[in-house]
Amino acid sequence: MARTEIKIGGFGGQGVILSGYIIGRAASIYDNKYATMIQAFGPEARGSACSAQVIVDEEPIAYPYITRPTMMVLMSQEAYTRFSPELAPGGLLITEEELVSVRTTGQDVRHLSIPATRIAEELGKKMVVNIVMMGYFGAVARVTSKEALRKAVEVSVPKGTQELNLKAFDRGWEYVPA
Amino acid sequence: MSEELYDLETSLPVNPVERFLRMDRLPHIWCPGCGIGTTVNCFAQALESSGLDLRTTAIVSGIGCTGRVAGYMNLDSFHTTHGRAIPFATGLKLANPGLKVVVYSGDGDLSAIGGNHFIHAARRNVDMTVVLINNATYGMTGGQVAPTTPMSAVASTTPYGNFESAFNLPALADSCGAVYVARWTAFHVRHTTKAIKEALLKKGFSFVEILAPCPTLYSRRNKLGDGLAQMLYYQENSEVRHGAETKDVALGFQGKIIVGKFVDRERPTYHEAMDEYYTRKLGEQYVHAVVGGA
Amino acid sequence: MNADPKGVLTGAHFIDGDHACCEGAIAAGCRFVAGYPITPSTEVVERIAERFPYVGGVFIQMEDEIASSIAIQGAVWAGKKAMTVTSGPGFSLMMEHIGLAAMTETPCVFVNVQRAGPSTGLPTQPAQGDMMQVRWGSHGDYQIIAVVPNSPQECFDFTIKAFNLSEQYRVPAFVMMDECVGHMTERVVIPPAEQIDIVPRRWFKGTPDAYEPYRADADLVPSMVKAGDGFNIHVTGLTHDEHGYPNMSVAAQDKLVHRLREKITRNVESIVEYREDQIEGADVVVVTYGITSRTALPAIARARRDGLKVGHLRLVVVWPFPEQRIRELASRVRAFVVPELNLGQIVLEVERCAAGKVPVRLVGHTGGTVHQPDDIYQAIITSGKGR
Repeated sequence: MARTEIKIGGFGGQGVILSGYIIGRAASIYDNKYATMIQAFGPEARGSACSAQVIVDEEPIAYPYITRPTMMVLMSQEAYTRFSPELAPGGLLITEEELVSVRTTGQDVRHLSIPATRIAEELGKKMVVNIVMMGYFGAVARVTSKEALRKAVEVSVPKGTQELNLKAFDRGWEYVPA
Repeated sequence: MSEELYDLETSLPVNPVERFLRMDRLPHIWCPGCGIGTTVNCFAQALESSGLDLRTTAIVSGIGCTGRVAGYMNLDSFHTTHGRAIPFATGLKLANPGLKVVVYSGDGDLSAIGGNHFIHAARRNVDMTVVLINNATYGMTGGQVAPTTPMSAVASTTPYGNFESAFNLPALADSCGAVYVARWTAFHVRHTTKAIKEALLKKGFSFVEILAPCPTLYSRRNKLGDGLAQMLYYQENSEVRHGAETKDVALGFQGKIIVGKFVDRERPTYHEAMDEYYTRKLGEQYVHAVVGGA
Repeated sequence: MNADPKGVLTGAHFIDGDHACCEGAIAAGCRFVAGYPITPSTEVVERIAERFPYVGGVFIQMEDEIASSIAIQGAVWAGKKAMTVTSGPGFSLMMEHIGLAAMTETPCVFVNVQRAGPSTGLPTQPAQGDMMQVRWGSHGDYQIIAVVPNSPQECFDFTIKAFNLSEQYRVPAFVMMDECVGHMTERVVIPPAEQIDIVPRRWFKGTPDAYEPYRADADLVPSMVKAGDGFNIHVTGLTHDEHGYPNMSVAAQDKLVHRLREKITRNVESIVEYREDQIEGADVVVVTYGITSRTALPAIARARRDGLKVGHLRLVVVWPFPEQRIRELASRVRAFVVPELNLGQIVLEVERCAAGKVPVRLVGHTGGTVHQPDDIYQAIITSGKGR
């Protein structure tokens, strides 16, 4: 796969940065690809819409910022409003079904959504919503192998929560839209 | 190192503090009547009577007339930048807790440009002895007003007299947590020697303020006579009041001088607190620093 | 000698440049860090504070950057390898102590994670605006060494390099990162300790009576002792003689300041490091450093696809500057292009060395973000079209 530019968006506290970190770690440590992650710093990282950007490539990455993301994972309405216009034509847009209402703007994108919050609540912990999203993203986008992404989840989440998070990841991976 | 009273070759008497000084650097730069040399004599005698291992005793100075003291002491000596003797000494001490670290500098250096470091080292209780020679002015640069210049005193930058309030340095040190605070004058050589010795042997941030005449700039400009006249002023106007509340020991222009040992208390040093805390928190995983390693 | 394995986190990590810098320092043997919080460098000292209790290091958050930049020098004279970390405003406060370290020949490392200035500027955005300040910021004549990483991996590698060069030449050494590199997360491979070369301090091996603290060896660098060794050393920022004593004479000043300069200039060939790509036969040479060495790559590749002969010279060590190499190239290329995240700093060095022989085109940028590759591409194309 050539250079893939991914943007994760949501609000502070949803685990946006961790999600970007997991993709990058999966690609660069466990899949032997190259990955560069840059998180948006500044006031926007605290409370309102925040984002992480990850580039995954088979070749070393020269330019470290994303210019036209081909994939987006958005977990809040504000993030959707702010970031979705940047998505490249034909790009992949994954949203949290209940947190983001997607307008039909005629944008040429492949849009998929998942009720990740509901799934996370079923698992007993709303906190793992981002990991459900990661599982679904992994299955749909295939930027990294499943093993790499799953392993990256396992080693990146807090100790003692691995089992729950892996369950969340699997539920996301296996999710089939109704 | 000779401890003979007479030189065996010349039969001339040996100055008992000679071994504490870099004799090859003398004569010193201080003016006739200046009080700094007197305090150095007290310091040398305090080193002697303290029984400290001179090999592991280091002295750090800033810039100014008193800042030159480090260069005359036959110890590991560091002449740093203006106001920064205390943070240098902090690094020296924390990197090798086995060293006895003395900061020896002036009132302008330690309480104006270095004031921030002074209060924080006292707050942290970094284990060091700070000897501050207070001549109420900037001597090296020609007698400008200092944070210690008494109200109404004339300085080159207050030609009509000073209208700023002066620091009460013992109160400052006390309020920041210094474990030992004393004030004497260059007239009180025995008390000064004893105070420096006590400070040297005290674990934690110990502070000794010593008032000293600057006849060339401060006294002359304020028509206070020569060095001897200022010594007489110290003699006649000092009142020994051990344990005085430090808030009561502020200095005024040629007014009463409260001297004595004001504070002597126990607090864990920065290093002790760090070691104790990490040992408690991290247990056997905590790795104590070792000396050297570069 | 090799790194102490106790401090080395051997393995592949996905970490940012600030954290990689911290690991580089620990691997290099740094066991004393003094710092003061400032974006975007704070993550370095935060990780130091977390890691040091496990490796026998002492970290202290000082009251300001002035204090930090001299506390490390106290620690060095007590026998430690030491570092401080900051960004623009803090770096400005440290200037006097860069001079002190240069004058007293105190080996120590300063990390500057550059952000856009002047003044408070853009705390969370990158720039390369301190490249001249690091060279000339303290008063008087002196030399320093500065390395510029372009990735988290290099933040690890070059921090070790900075410590090694600092110890070898007894000069303050600088790791000139920027916000982009500091906050960028990538794979960082930390090798086993036995594969990491560490330069130990130049300890004096003789007895006190044979020691003069500032008597230089053949390479113009003196050997060192530490406080408490029984040498009764005197260290001063005043002009001093070989014994370390103040000497206010013109002759002493001349001798000392020349040596401080020449210990670097005479060893410049062993210190400078740059990476070259397709320089042979190039018409245009793009001179880059730090993050611009990456943002220029798409531009260089595109210009080459257009048929232009474009060489790339990437500075790893920016100070001392590789004057000799730029002079050589100036006699055979048609132009230099220098992109940097400032309005013209290192370009002045390239111009100086090119000495009017060929045009030198700056691609300036005030910072806040990195270059658009297209801007660099246009400059290459314009330069390639002729003089």
